[in-house]
Amino acid sequence: MITVCRIEDLPPGESIRVTDGVPAPVAVFHTEDGEVYAIDDTCTHQDASLADGWLEGCFVECPLHTAFFDLRTGRPTCPPAKYAVRTHQVSVENGQVLLRIGVAEPA
Amino acid sequence: MRSITVIGASLAGLYAARALRTQGFDGRLVIVGDEHHQPYDRPPLSKDFLTGACDQGQLALTDADDTAELYAEWYLGTRATGLDTGSGTVLLDGDRSLDTDAVVIATGAAPRHLPGQVPADPAETGVHTLRTLDDAQALRDDLARGPARVVVIGGGFIGAEVASSCAVLGHDVTVVEAAPLPLVPQLGEEMAQVCAGLHADHGVTLVTGTGVAGLQGGATEGRVTGVQLGDGRLLPADVVVVGIGVRPNTSWLEGSGLPLEDGVVCDAGCVTALPNVVAVGDVARLDGRRAEHWTSATEQATVAARNLLAGSTVAAHQSLPYFWSDQYGVRIQFAGRRLPTDTPRIVEGSVDDRSFLACYEREGQTTAVFAVNRPRPFMRQRRELMRATQPVTA
Ligand SMILES: Cc1cc2nc3c(=O)[nH]c(=O)nc-3n(C[C@H](O)[C@H](O)[C@H](O)COP(=O)(O)OP(=O)(O)OC[C@H]3O[C@@H](n4cnc5c(N)ncnc54)[C@H](O)[C@@H]3O)c2cc1C
Ligand code: FES
Repeated sequence: MITVCRIEDLPPGESIRVTDGVPAPVAVFHTEDGEVYAIDDTCTHQDASLADGWLEGCFVECPLHTAFFDLRTGRPTCPPAKYAVRTHQVSVENGQVLLRIGVAEPA
Repeated sequence: MRSITVIGASLAGLYAARALRTQGFDGRLVIVGDEHHQPYDRPPLSKDFLTGACDQGQLALTDADDTAELYAEWYLGTRATGLDTGSGTVLLDGDRSLDTDAVVIATGAAPRHLPGQVPADPAETGVHTLRTLDDAQALRDDLARGPARVVVIGGGFIGAEVASSCAVLGHDVTVVEAAPLPLVPQLGEEMAQVCAGLHADHGVTLVTGTGVAGLQGGATEGRVTGVQLGDGRLLPADVVVVGIGVRPNTSWLEGSGLPLEDGVVCDAGCVTALPNVVAVGDVARLDGRRAEHWTSATEQATVAARNLLAGSTVAAHQSLPYFWSDQYGVRIQFAGRRLPTDTPRIVEGSVDDRSFLACYEREGQTTAVFAVNRPRPFMRQRRELMRATQPVTA
């Protein structure tokens, strides 16, 4: 389990890229609705960081070619991305954002 | 409307075909493209594909499911040679033709050649242009023959990306630019200076303010050996890449009656003089402006499909121009419409760190935004600009 940051440091609408202690970078999002999600950070289309993307509800738009990913499933909802990113378990406990890296294959 | 033919099987054509299907067109959809390949993505050709960091498979814009869903008839390796708008006929090479109720023109653009340079097999001459997968493969093969002196003619984005990729591969690279500084029309002097600095950071020589008088060797005289500059200097060269811009592929439309002027003339909704003919992507001149960017090609496709199916212009493409470029390990992004008099202001980061965000301003208003390695603030600024400049339309 990885402690990402304090939840105050990740206000709603913000995202953070986690690179330490993970096999591949992970993006953690705090949506305007107060949910926290974690997915693989690298877009499955080409080389862009989804933590740099535009958060809209529980979707993130890739900053490079505007593919949309559903943060709940990791699945892209429109081209050019075709493959899902992996989702990871994330929770908020005692004010800390905690990340558990999943081994599951992308949906 | 029972049949629609898309000419040009690349980014804009594919996205237009998809948009037509998503927007409910269930008639006969034909896609004609003169390349033999299934649609692929061009931006990586000068970047990861050239360095070998990605391969052909990763360039695909479609997969089998996608293609099946489109339910289209594909004519690949087939060139459109003419359009008879009166009878609704697209003429194809090999004396074939297609009858169609409507046409989407998506034939893109092709590289300009040096004056007097007859295009020849780059494998024999060492003189390359870069637009297609085959072009990129030929250049990649040529660069794989061993350390080379590479001269890139033209310091625009593609020239700079090629230079960067060649430097990554360990070649000795020189960029020649006719203007005193490359990219001034796109970025203005101050930011163009920053981009010019990237070449020097990575040991690439930038020669500016002189045109090219001609090549030594190349063409019929066998392999190129040097580039003769306008100021009398001779740059020895084993490989030459000519990146001096593109011209829209409209020659097949001459005689069609459609107005052509540096592209297919259309209104802001991609509609030409005829309501059943639309144009999208690099070939389309919308409302007096022709873009050569990935994002506009995809956005125009949606608008064009809508107007084509409606039978008149009901939607306009008003998106903010946006493009990116990857070179020397940095990501450059630009969005907006700047006038030469708009002044950039660094709002975050620093030029020296090669990581900053700059806003172009006119009378206190931001008109455009430029970022080097600052994707997140860039995205926000771009969004804000989009909101500020785009009236919500029907
Ligand atoms: C090397 C390179 C790097 C780039 N990098 C970037 C970047 O980093 N960022 C960015 O925003 N943009 C970039 N671009 C630009 C972007 O790729 C183009 O804007 C985009 O490809 C335009 O798509 P299009 O479908 O309009 O035209 P094209 O991609 O040119 O496709 C037109 C297709 O039509 C075919 N065709 C032409 N004439 C005929 C005919 N008569 N009959 C049948 N078929 C025909 C052509 O062969 C081609 O397959 C780059 C382009 C290149 C070449
Ligand atoms: S890199 Fe994400 S959509 Fe292309």
